[in-house]
Amino acid sequence: MLLILAKVIILTFVVVLPLVPISVYFERRFSAIIQDRVGPNRVGMPLTLLGMKKDFSFFGLVQPMADGVKLFLKEDFTPAHVRKAFYWLAPALTVVPALITLAVIPFGSDISIAGQKISLAIADLDVGPLFIFSIASLSVYGITLAGWSSNSKFPFIGGVRSTAQMISYEICLGLSVVPVLMYFGDLNLGKIVQYQSQHGWLLLPLWGHDAAHPLQEKLLFLIPAFISFLIFTISIFAETNRMPFDLPECETELVGGYHTEYSSMKFAMFFMGEYAAMVVGSALIITLFLGGWSLGPWFDQWAAGLAIGSFKIGGFLNLGVFLAKLIGFILFFILVRWTVPRFRYDQLMKLGWVIFFEAALVNVFLGALVIAAPTLSAAVIGIGAVLLLVLCAAVIWVAKVSEAPAKRNSGLLLQD
Amino acid sequence: MPSLLFWFFSLLMLIGGIAVVAFKNPVSSALSMVASFVGLAGLFIGLNAYFTGIIQILVYAGAIMVLFLFIIMLLDLKVETGRKPKLGPVAAGFALVIAFAIQLIGVLSSSPDKELPKLDLAAGAAHYQDISPKIANTLSVEQKLPDVHIIGQTLFTGYNLPLQILGVLLLVATVGVVVLSKRQTN
Repeated sequence: MLLILAKVIILTFVVVLPLVPISVYFERRFSAIIQDRVGPNRVGMPLTLLGMKKDFSFFGLVQPMADGVKLFLKEDFTPAHVRKAFYWLAPALTVVPALITLAVIPFGSDISIAGQKISLAIADLDVGPLFIFSIASLSVYGITLAGWSSNSKFPFIGGVRSTAQMISYEICLGLSVVPVLMYFGDLNLGKIVQYQSQHGWLLLPLWGHDAAHPLQEKLLFLIPAFISFLIFTISIFAETNRMPFDLPECETELVGGYHTEYSSMKFAMFFMGEYAAMVVGSALIITLFLGGWSLGPWFDQWAAGLAIGSFKIGGFLNLGVFLAKLIGFILFFILVRWTVPRFRYDQLMKLGWVIFFEAALVNVFLGALVIAAPTLSAAVIGIGAVLLLVLCAAVIWVAKVSEAPAKRNSGLLLQD
Repeated sequence: MPSLLFWFFSLLMLIGGIAVVAFKNPVSSALSMVASFVGLAGLFIGLNAYFTGIIQILVYAGAIMVLFLFIIMLLDLKVETGRKPKLGPVAAGFALVIAFAIQLIGVLSSSPDKELPKLDLAAGAAHYQDISPKIANTLSVEQKLPDVHIIGQTLFTGYNLPLQILGVLLLVATVGVVVLSKRQTN
């Protein structure tokens, strides 16, 4: 009981929550580099206040703290026309689900103190990815309610857009991950990472071959795995309302989208919710496709043997690897945000429903065929492959046909 | 003695259920229903049925109720919030509730009041030894109930045909909805 409480506090509030301001800092500095600016590089220790000659700035690393203090101290203004109860509830409903989903992510391998194993996941559930999907699907309520309770036009449109977008991409998200889960044969994220540590990451299966896991099978599975990875990653972008898909809060059309009427800490909570969702999404991608906390079998074995007396500390090294991967992926998120222009709403819906949904569905069968291939006869495999090809061709043909008569700009909200 | 969490989730569910009826604002009602679903999912998880609990949240709270809320918000339901309840339907509702409560008390008082036996993992492992060694292994070595695997095993070996038929039925329903809605606009 005490242990779980300690894990919750340490992993959520010491490991992950600081990642939110840090990713905000990275976002600002990285975007500055992309746009050939300097970015926030001044805020640091104000040593001149203490009578010294120069301030000491850690490359502006204290900037997020200054931002946080600023948001705390701003006036918390509640407009008179809002529906109060829901208006207050909405920010909490966006942050809390994102933080709850952290519970099942394995941050590192087990550490053990005097023979007692402690896993570095808060809850080692057997339904890991499903848990994340289900709780993350609850965060729709926060955004929807924010849009509705603000009781004005732009937030409402933002909320409606966001709801439609999140529901659409949830389907792609769930469907794209099916082949991956079939491959692992398990829904426990800890076991999935353990497997990848022993037999190679899903997208880098270069070690740990044996009779049960031959190399060619793993290499063949790279095709469905890569399609899954692509759909999953892009759907995570859409789920977290990040840039190419940030229609719910796009400034040029909707002022601020669903959080237009919010100020001070309530606004900051939406911000935090978005970044926390991004952190969780990256963590899930890393866990499923990129080996989680593992860094090659040699490193993992070396880390597993590392101990101070009876206190095995290898898990912390793995935790460091996981965080490094996480920050790398967050940088990728930021890179995409500042390089890819925003989609139009009908393009967004089309991408989700016409391209990704079908591709993920076909990919399920492709993955199943690859997994089942060693136990099937050549004729069956051939028939399956031909059927899949025909299915692909049919899907592409239907997509082409449906494209032709569609009117331009006929998004969900602008039906004629 | 059930754990504290049982009481918490049961209370959440009951209060949510009452609030669905008691609130006049449809959005509040919908949200209370979500709270009720979350409570029910908690109860499922308390019974070791992780998969059922999670699916409860994923399907009902995360998808169906979101669509409900979406529709409710798009409709302007001012009439509904202002209307006073009529005596007849309320009385009929109470009568139904009382009849159901009496029936429930009757059933509960005739059933023996004893604790359920603990989950017999060893017997489960012996049962699954021939069917699926993996499930048997989880049951006997890890001392856990692999509910996802068991549900999958049962569904895809014992009830494969009904499952496929259900899938086709759902597809037909979806296509039907699309056809009907297209016809209406033209």
